[in-house]
Amino acid sequence: MTKKRFKWSYLYLIVVFAILYAPILFLIVYSFNSGSTMDSFQGLTLAHYKTLFADDRLIAIVLDTIIIALLSAVIATIAGTFGALWIHQTSRPVFKNTLLSLNNILMVSPDVIIGASFLIFFTTLKVPLGFFSVLLSHAAFSIPIVVLMVLPRLKELNTSMLDAAADLGATQRQILSDVVIPFITPGIFSGFFMALTYSLDDFAVTFFVTGNGFTTLSVEIYSRARQGINLEINALSGLIFLITLILIVGYYFMQQASQKRLAKRRRARSEVTGL
Amino acid sequence: MNHRQFANWTYYVPYGLWIGLFVIAPVGLIIYQSFLNLNNHFTLQNYVTYFKSGTYLMMTVNSLWWAFLITVFTLLISYPAAYFIHQLKHRQLWILLTILPTWINLLLKAYAFIGIFSQSGIANQFLGLFGIAPQQILFTNFSFVFVATYIQIPFMILPIYNAIDDLDLSYINASRDLGATNWQTFTKVIWPLTMPGVKSGVQSVFIPSLSLFMLTRLIGGNKVITLGTAIEEHFLTTMNWGMGSTIGVVLIVAMVIIMVLTGERKTEGRLSR
Repeated sequence: MTKKRFKWSYLYLIVVFAILYAPILFLIVYSFNSGSTMDSFQGLTLAHYKTLFADDRLIAIVLDTIIIALLSAVIATIAGTFGALWIHQTSRPVFKNTLLSLNNILMVSPDVIIGASFLIFFTTLKVPLGFFSVLLSHAAFSIPIVVLMVLPRLKELNTSMLDAAADLGATQRQILSDVVIPFITPGIFSGFFMALTYSLDDFAVTFFVTGNGFTTLSVEIYSRARQGINLEINALSGLIFLITLILIVGYYFMQQASQKRLAKRRRARSEVTGL
Repeated sequence: MNHRQFANWTYYVPYGLWIGLFVIAPVGLIIYQSFLNLNNHFTLQNYVTYFKSGTYLMMTVNSLWWAFLITVFTLLISYPAAYFIHQLKHRQLWILLTILPTWINLLLKAYAFIGIFSQSGIANQFLGLFGIAPQQILFTNFSFVFVATYIQIPFMILPIYNAIDDLDLSYINASRDLGATNWQTFTKVIWPLTMPGVKSGVQSVFIPSLSLFMLTRLIGGNKVITLGTAIEEHFLTTMNWGMGSTIGVVLIVAMVIIMVLTGERKTEGRLSR
């Protein structure tokens, strides 16, 4: 009885995963198509990848997108980490909850609302639309996720360690840089990583605040997709998929490693206390 | 207490500035803008137009209806999937594989469906095997709901999976021992206990579904107008920011209502937008 049900569940999962991956694989397979549509496969070619690499405009856009992602992630990580410290250190619960709710507003708002309100904001302040407005927007919507990634680590922070550091004469700055920051580094890294993916993935907010001169990859794909099928986009998605895969595998192993290190440290600690 | 304050207030300036400039100010500005007409005069006209003209109200109701349909379909597919994934041996890896597609840009996925659903595309070729003549699939309501559901599935699976993971197995064993059938165990024990996951999944699917303007343009062929489409139209095409902001305020109100209805949000359920 249970055996039979198990098989049905496998079948169900196979169908779900097939649906999840089919469109992505479909895109990649047709990036090698020597024809010009996604309707029939006519033969293998790398021509679309060649046009992709010869497309200076597109490569410039890719570079811009990466620069925006890295810079905004760095800004968001710094501001978000200190924001998390602030929320963590606040002793009044009312103020703490207010800060947390304000932090989460951008997490739950739909992209169009963020985009539209930032557009009004930049226009009111007369900030020219372009690289700078996109950078600020990306940093802004990435800050809350950094806070949410760092906060749990701060909660795990052992206060007796801080007391010990203070008793041994460490200054505030030393406690922060030698005790707190090293301890929350894994959280900071995941926050940075999430900020990076938020930035790379964003379309709607960028679409609102980008103006005429500046484009990111998502906006470029949108305007090309509106014109119809162009297998150069397929080649691009093939590359993006490969990079994503490398990043996610790297992230997975980084997490595993840090978890292992943590487990080891815990074991060491319990052995010490056991003595 | 004081020695635990390991950072002084100057460190908080960037975060404080962010809250002031990028959280409070934009929300305030969009509400303020909704009371301005095209000549920047203060007026209630936008709201009067919104509530009096049937088109805006119909558009809102339609948008809520589409988002509801997308949420229901996503839930129907995702709940069993999350449940079955949880029974697998290498579930961590499988959940990672569930998240992986969300890392591919949404627009690339939408673009894939332009190819799949086209007049002579693979979907129609498949239908052709059964002797069905090519259908217009792209630019229909069906294609919009299908693609939106496809995009949202991982965001629903993840919180439900986490809720199932938190479930204490002894409850299920107790229920079986007390003679409950599988169905009873599910409806009386598993479903209520995984409700928090379902709620946070519904939140992270329903709210974005109200604003998927790029899908209505690329896949829905402008036949489906969501609140998001209307806002984008007013801001970037007709340049009527006042009316756009009014619809934005409506969207914010809808969002708040949904969040109240589905209880406290667990933000960690959402990994990517």
